[in-house]
Amino acid sequence: MVLIRRAEERIAEMVESGEVRCPCHLYIGQEAIAAGVCAALRAEDTVWGGHRSHGHYLAKGGSLTGLFGEVLLKSTGCAGGRGGSMHLAATEVGIFGTVPIVAGTVPLAAGAAFAYKMRGEDTVAVAFFGDGALEEGHVHESMNLAALYHLPLVLICENNLYASHMHWSERRVADNLHRAGEFHSVPGERADGNDVGEVYRAARRAIERARKGEGPTLMECRTFRWRGHVGASFDLDVGVERQGELAEWLLRDPLKRLTDQLIERGVGDLALREQAIDLRISGAVAAARCASHPSPAQAEAACAR
Amino acid sequence: MRTLNYAQAIREAHAQLLALDSRVFVVGQGLWSPWYAGSSLEGLDREFGCARMVDSPVSENAVTGMAVGAALAGLRPIVFHPRMDFMLLAMDPIVNQAANWSYLFAGGGVPLVIRAVINRGGEQGAQHSQALHAMFMHVPGLKVVMPATAYDAKGLLMAALEDPGPVLYIDDRWLYAETGEVPVEPFTVAIGEAAVRRRGSDLTLIGVSWMAAECVRAAGILEREGIDAEVIDLRTLKPWDKQLVAASVSRTRRAVVADGGWRTAGAAADIAAEITERVFDNLLAPVIRVTLPDAPAPASSAEETAYYPGAERIASAARGLVERNVKRVAA
Repeated sequence: MVLIRRAEERIAEMVESGEVRCPCHLYIGQEAIAAGVCAALRAEDTVWGGHRSHGHYLAKGGSLTGLFGEVLLKSTGCAGGRGGSMHLAATEVGIFGTVPIVAGTVPLAAGAAFAYKMRGEDTVAVAFFGDGALEEGHVHESMNLAALYHLPLVLICENNLYASHMHWSERRVADNLHRAGEFHSVPGERADGNDVGEVYRAARRAIERARKGEGPTLMECRTFRWRGHVGASFDLDVGVERQGELAEWLLRDPLKRLTDQLIERGVGDLALREQAIDLRISGAVAAARCASHPSPAQAEAACAR
Repeated sequence: MRTLNYAQAIREAHAQLLALDSRVFVVGQGLWSPWYAGSSLEGLDREFGCARMVDSPVSENAVTGMAVGAALAGLRPIVFHPRMDFMLLAMDPIVNQAANWSYLFAGGGVPLVIRAVINRGGEQGAQHSQALHAMFMHVPGLKVVMPATAYDAKGLLMAALEDPGPVLYIDDRWLYAETGEVPVEPFTVAIGEAAVRRRGSDLTLIGVSWMAAECVRAAGILEREGIDAEVIDLRTLKPWDKQLVAASVSRTRRAVVADGGWRTAGAAADIAAEITERVFDNLLAPVIRVTLPDAPAPASSAEETAYYPGAERIASAARGLVERNVKRVAA
């Protein structure tokens, strides 16, 4: 969680300075969800994400040099500098690709789960998406398919209350996303997305259920993003100010809650670990700055294959 | 060699692919019903089991997306759309996801075959008749094949599955009864290679799928009138065989491009433009397109007859091209 927070704070600085130009959708404030879910996964399990996936990428084990290379669109980036912040991949740790079409990877995650089931493996696919994604038809189609075929799929809805600039109450009549799977016989669960322990325990139940062949689960994790829909600014969200709400949610900082618990339990070297993380981030940034951009000819070559 | 019809050739390709490679499965609407697939998938559910012949709910978008994900996870899916019209609901997984993936995520092609059926005529109306291949040939990262013969129907499907993908395989119900010699053993037809169906010297007729078959018939009509037409069946629409077409037209110096899609921004428009860019100095006349009008498919048989161009209209365009030069030389 510290790694995600610190890396994204660094990206936010680079967005503000103009060094990072590709659209960055920051995850700050939601770190407990990626960290809690991925802690319950095995290395071979796959994770599918969207436009706001720096956290998923790092939590599953994607490299810092790959992340910074990608946001700077360098050939050392995790997608070879061809995608940017919204297109992260690390197949070696189970991330085939994240994409910014809302919930675009949810059917793909179901397909990966279909492959695991067909091969008789006990691997699990996890689809991360936001609350706006449940307004997409293909998410409901995917839930039906996953339930029908008993797929090892876990659906993690990170409900940060806003889809871009729109509060949930402007988009839905009822605050009931955890029940969105009921019609498809996909059981739902609601968790405090700012409590990493609670997320971990709920995710573990859903993942074990999937692994045992009992089918998909929908988890709604309640949270709030501190920054705007896109970009680094705190209070201005594509033209909408959310200062009042943000002040409340800052008090529920998932990272502070975790560190307080750790200190309470006597884990002593936190500052040292954070320093080590900062050093790794600085190294990744420096490496990305030195790297070259991909050659334009790669695009046509990729399509001609 | 023995004779199969086009639908039997498609079925045989599926059967052999399913038998040879345990990663192959077919998913889509209507796999267990001849109403949707004709005889092109007949009995495969019984032969290979419903777990590999997955007749799916009508969720074109998520089913296609699921096939993309399964391909990324190591399977070799063939996703089936019994009418191309329905496939429009799956534009995101085809265009945004599958087609972009191999570029975006280094080295990661999507080994996926998307099979779409053009199933027009029979008074089915505007949303059961569309030939939308031009929309998809527009998309970088997507290959589009459209067989016109039984031989190619088998060979191109087997090639599509071998390809790092994604490949859109479009077959046409109007061709299902066409017969031809097809090898029993598995074989592939190279994606991107056109075939010369008839040698000729006066002009080149270029078509794909159903219209390639109509071009062959048109050449027969023209032959009786003393016009010697060369016929090229493109077989693959993306990437189409520009070299073969350019070489032929630079020799015959006239070309008619026949396409079963709409005129504006259609496949024929792209082919005509490319010919003009490549061999303009050799041309005796402008390249002529024979296409559908820019209008939705009608429903009544009478209107359908007028709407769909065939051999007669291709022959008429060819005649016009040849006469045009005769008049010009005379003047």
